[in-house]
Formats: sequence, structure tokens, C-alpha cells
Amino acid sequence: MIRCENVKKSFGDTEVLKGITTEFEAGKCNLIIGLSGAGKTVMLKLLVGLMKQTSGTIMYDDVDFNSLSDEELRALRMKVGMLFQGSALFDSMTVEENILFPLELFTRKTKAEMLDRVNYVLERVNLEGANKKYPSEVSGGMQKRVGIARAIVLEPKYLFCDEPNSGLDPKTSMVIDELIQSITYDNNITTVINTHDMNSVMEIGDNINLLHHGTLVWRGNKSEVLTSNNEFLDNFIFASPFLQRLRNAALGRS
Amino acid sequence: MFSNFAFHFGRYLELLGDAFSRPERLKIYWRETLRQMDDIGVGSLIIVAIIAIFMGAVAAVQFAYQLDGQLVPSYYIGYIVRDLAIIESAPTITCLVLAGKVGSNMASEIGGMRQKEHIDAMEIMGVNTAAFLILPKIIAAMVMIPLLVALAAGLAIIGGYLAVVIPETIPSSAYIKGLQSFFVPYNVFIMFVKAFIFAFLLTTISCYKGYYVEGGSVELGAASTQAVVVSDILILLADFLIAVVLTG
Ligand SMILES: Nc1ncnc2c1ncn2[C@@H]1O[C@H](COP(=O)(O)OP(=O)(O)OP(=O)(O)O)[C@@H](O)[C@H]1O
Ligand SMILES: [Mg+2]
Repeated sequence: MIRCENVKKSFGDTEVLKGITTEFEAGKCNLIIGLSGAGKTVMLKLLVGLMKQTSGTIMYDDVDFNSLSDEELRALRMKVGMLFQGSALFDSMTVEENILFPLELFTRKTKAEMLDRVNYVLERVNLEGANKKYPSEVSGGMQKRVGIARAIVLEPKYLFCDEPNSGLDPKTSMVIDELIQSITYDNNITTVINTHDMNSVMEIGDNINLLHHGTLVWRGNKSEVLTSNNEFLDNFIFASPFLQRLRNAALGRS
Repeated sequence: MFSNFAFHFGRYLELLGDAFSRPERLKIYWRETLRQMDDIGVGSLIIVAIIAIFMGAVAAVQFAYQLDGQLVPSYYIGYIVRDLAIIESAPTITCLVLAGKVGSNMASEIGGMRQKEHIDAMEIMGVNTAAFLILPKIIAAMVMIPLLVALAAGLAIIGGYLAVVIPETIPSSAYIKGLQSFFVPYNVFIMFVKAFIFAFLLTTISCYKGYYVEGGSVELGAASTQAVVVSDILILLADFLIAVVLTG
């Protein structure tokens, strides 16, 4: 579990996050949603420590993230996996070498054991046999899956995904969502996902955090979305007239 | 201006501090260092060799021209070409060229990794990226560049020989006599001191420029140019200071 307590972030004079208090729960897909510019990416970067908040605390279970020394932070990071928006695969390495990279740096397994682990995670993301391909030789959706495989190879307790579906077709998006969800449930991971994607919200939103101009304006799960009656949520989710009509029909309103 | 300098200098020192912390896994660092040694050493061999030969050849021809008709004996050409190569041209010119080749390459490699979020990805894994990306380059450069400089000195002397002996400006024996005259081993020491320091400067500055790059491809290009310009200026400045300290 990750807990945020009044987290604020400013760049110069502009306050981008205005005091976020929320929880991201273990074994659940925790979503951060919101319009472009709402502060989702900044929030995620604060959570993983790629940026430092201006004030407030971020707790990983019972550890105050910002009180850690560089060494302790690195130790904690071995329990953190992240899928980047652009996948961030090392392009001069093959798929296999990409996934081996954290194993070689941080485990004392033999080469054969490492390769077993690589093949296991590749199978987990349905990419068995892609070992020797270079990132440039596989599609965007496959790169995302390699990114997931690399993020989970050290069996993280926390998994972060920045817009895992951006640039993917609806079908492939669903495959990625299901994959993230099953990994989260199977390993009881605290997963935080940044998304715009309505399908994801409705399919895997166990705990949804809606940001609006740097403020947390709604929190709930996917079954509460349709009935919430929250103005910001309605504006966000039912942005199109088509969806508004659909919702009204479902609720029996005219 | 001054606060800008202080900012960069402070951040540069901080990056170096991180780069020299204990490596996670020696084997991987070692593999990376070997790869860099190959890149820097073998990869720069031809350009360094060509420049060194011409450097020596031009020096020899020019001195032959200037000494012509004077009382200075012709074997001095060998002596002057040798000392010029060892003390000044081999370390300084080689390193200025390497700043352009190796330095800009390092800045754009690391800068590209920054922009493609590779560095962030490594940080999240728990890698000390300053150490992982920079330390192997520093070590490789400080091993290979002095060797390249020594090679350049040797080739410059050979270049000088070819340039004045083949056209029979002076006899082979005179050039060789010159090479054997007034030899001061301390100059070779100066050459290696310069090579080490220049190698350190050009690698760390180039890595610094790449590591903190922001923006897109325009900024990446600018960072790699700045890496070369700043390295060159500091190499020349260091050259002057070393001359003052070691020969003053
Ligand atoms: N490094 C930075 N320096 C200054 N301002 C920044 C920086 N990073 C983000 N911002 C600002 O913070 C605000 C929130 O940005 P953020 O990237 O978090 O939005 P987002 O919700 O992820 O949007 P999108 O859905 O488009 O990715 C924006 O107004 C942006 O301009
Ligand atoms: Mg974003």
C-alpha cells in the first residue's frame, strides 16, 4: 500500500498538485485519471521518486519515501517496477538482454536460472520466443509487453504504469489491461496506473482517483462510476453526447 | 554568469561524487568498461594515427624551412620534432580531436538515454545511473587515451622522418641523431600527466552535458556541441596550467 498525505508540487510559481491525500491499495489496480495537464504524470513521478514533492509525505507501507538515503532508496527500488509511456526499452539490447539487465545487476542467480526467469516472464506476457528480437523489430504493443516483462522480472511489490494504453488499438489495450490486472492480483502487487482510457476505467478500475487541475476531486471504484453524480467525473467520463445519452438511458432518465 | 558557472560546477562535482560510488556488480561494470575501451581506443586509432603522422610531417618540413641557411645543425630537426610531439602536440592535439570524436559521442549517447527515459528506467530499477553510465567511460578513457597519445607521439616522429628524409631534405642519419640528442625522460612524464588529465576532463564534461540534457533533438545536438567546446577550452586551459606547474 502507498499512502499520500497532502502532497503538493510546484514548478516555480505554478502549483501543479495542490495537496493530494489518497491511498493506493495492495492487490488492486489503482488508477489515476484526469484530463490532459491534470497532473497525472507529475503524480506518478513523485510516487516513484523521479521528482520530489514540494511538501507532504508519501509512505510505502510504513516507510516514509522521502526520508530514505540514496542507498535505502535503491534497495526499495528493487521492489518497484515501472512501465514507461514510451516503454523505455534499451534499444541497443535484444528483448532478452533488456529483461536480463536487472537480473544481472541485482541477483546472484546463475546464467541458466536467469534465462529461465526471462523465459518465464516472456511467457507471462505471451511473448515466448521473442528473446533475440530488438525493440525496433517488434510492434508498439509488443514493446509494452516487453516493458511489463522487464518491470516484473524482479517480482516487484509495487508496479507503476504511465498510460499503458496510449497509442494502442482497443483490442491490444484490453490485452495489456488484462495482463496488468492478472499480474496485480496473482502477486498482490500495489499497482498504480495513469490513464485516459475509458475502457480501462470501467474494466480494471478497483480504486480510481480523478485529478482535476491538481486536485483530487473524486475517488471510487468502477461500479461507482456510473452512479456517482460527481460533476467532474461526469464531465470527464461522459464527455461525449453519445455517452451521456447512454448513461441517461441506463439510469432510466430522459 | 558567475551563479550559472557555480550551478554547473556544483552539479558537475555532485555527479562525479555519485559516479565514484561503489559499483553494484563489478562484472557488469567490467564488461561495460571493456566495451568502452574498444570504442574509445580501437575506434579512434585511425583518426589519431592520420593526424599524428601529418602533425610530425608538417612540423619537420616547417623547421627544415626555418633552419635552412642558419647555423643550427640540421639534425636539430629530429630533436625538435620529437620534443614538440611529446610535450605538446601529441597530448594536446590528440585530446582536442578526441573531445570532438569521443566526447561528442558520449554526450549524445547519454543524452539520448536521458531523453528516451532509459536513465529514468534504470533509476527505477535501483541502478546508480551516474556510476553505471559514467564510471566505465572514465576508466576506459584514462586507460586508452594515454596509450593513444603515446602512439601519436611515436607516429608524429615517424611522420617527421618520412617528410624530411624521403625528399632528402636531411639524411636519415641526421634525423636519427636528432632523435637521440638531448632526450629528457621527464618530458614523457609531462606527456602522460597531460594525457590523463585531458582524458578525465573530456569524458566527465561530455558525460555531464549528456546526463543533464533536456528537451528534444535540438537540445541534444546543442549539448553534444557544448561538450566539445567546453572540453576543448578546459583542455587548453589545463595545458597552460600544467606547463606552468611542471616546467615553471
Ligand atoms: N518539469 C516540469 N516543469 C514545469 N512544469 C511542468 C513540468 N512537468 C509538468 N509540468 C506541468 O504540470 C502540469 C501537469 O502535467 P502532467 O504531465 O502531470 O499532466 P498529465 O495529467 O500527465 O497530462 P497528460 O494526460 O497530457 O499526460 C502541466 O501543466 C505541465 O505543464
Ligand atoms: Mg501524462
